[in-house]
Amino acid sequence: MVFTAILFFIAAIGAITGAVGVVLLRNPFYSVLALAFHLVSLAALFLLLRAEFVAAAQVVVYAGAVMVLYVFVVAYVGGGEQLASGAVLRVLGPLFALALAVELCIAMLGAGLKGVSSDGAPFIPGFGTPAHIGTLFLTTYLFPFELASILLLIAAVGAVVLARRRRGLEPDEQVAVRIEAPRPAYTGTMAEAAGVRPRPGDEPFKPDGEPVGTTTGDPVRQQGGW
Amino acid sequence: MAIGWYLTVSALIFCIGAGGVLVRRNPLVILLCLELMLNGANLSLVSFARMWGGEDGQIFALIVMVVAAAEVTVGLGLVVAIYRRHLPIDVDELNELQG
Repeated sequence: MVFTAILFFIAAIGAITGAVGVVLLRNPFYSVLALAFHLVSLAALFLLLRAEFVAAAQVVVYAGAVMVLYVFVVAYVGGGEQLASGAVLRVLGPLFALALAVELCIAMLGAGLKGVSSDGAPFIPGFGTPAHIGTLFLTTYLFPFELASILLLIAAVGAVVLARRRRGLEPDEQVAVRIEAPRPAYTGTMAEAAGVRPRPGDEPFKPDGEPVGTTTGDPVRQQGGW
Repeated sequence: MAIGWYLTVSALIFCIGAGGVLVRRNPLVILLCLELMLNGANLSLVSFARMWGGEDGQIFALIVMVVAAAEVTVGLGLVVAIYRRHLPIDVDELNELQG
């Protein structure tokens, strides 16, 4: 019992420290690392609550996959700028959080439930193992299980649609740059490699600012026959 | 340990997350604070599952994790789209939908 209590306090302090770190650290990258620490501590709490499968899923899915996604996006976006929050919310936000904490503690601890002050139901061997969870998922909770898979599919498609590169919807300055400054000739399109000649109506391609069709260049370049 | 301790920890985590959502302005950090709130709810669900002696609460927690993963995917896609349009990564500046 003492051992369990020590483990609980270590994990709980770790989880709360990680949560505070997420909110207080200025750099989003450090916030992500603090959240990973928080998730691992929370997995320890889940293990103390005999939820083995949930703890394993927490470490593998959350602290593994989701955090990697976060790290990639933080590395892509950067976002290390120092953002000071609005003056009103800066004061009201913590006050609201404190009031909510007091209210939740009163609601949960003062509810008078007998179970809240007990150590929980007597432990049955096999409680929370993957076998039990899997049986429940494939029998009683089959519909939520299938719904979750559809939800994940929709989320993946939605993320790809949201984050894709849009052409034609917004002005893209890269296109203007490319049109104004064409590549020098013979820098590697397949048409040039295959020796395709420009059609009569086409705008002549200008290699290095030198007009095509003058006889000053070397003959091989004019033929385009590499 | 009594279940009440776990519930207290979950309430604290939830409230830290709620305060973070209100205080921070970077959408990435707001998403992280949403994760905190979901994890606080998860901890209380698992605690109640332990208290009751049934695994249904753990099923709930796993479904919450799935929903959180989906939410993060779409949210990070939005952040990347905002970044691509060279808009400021700041929820106070992004007020085009204000009406």
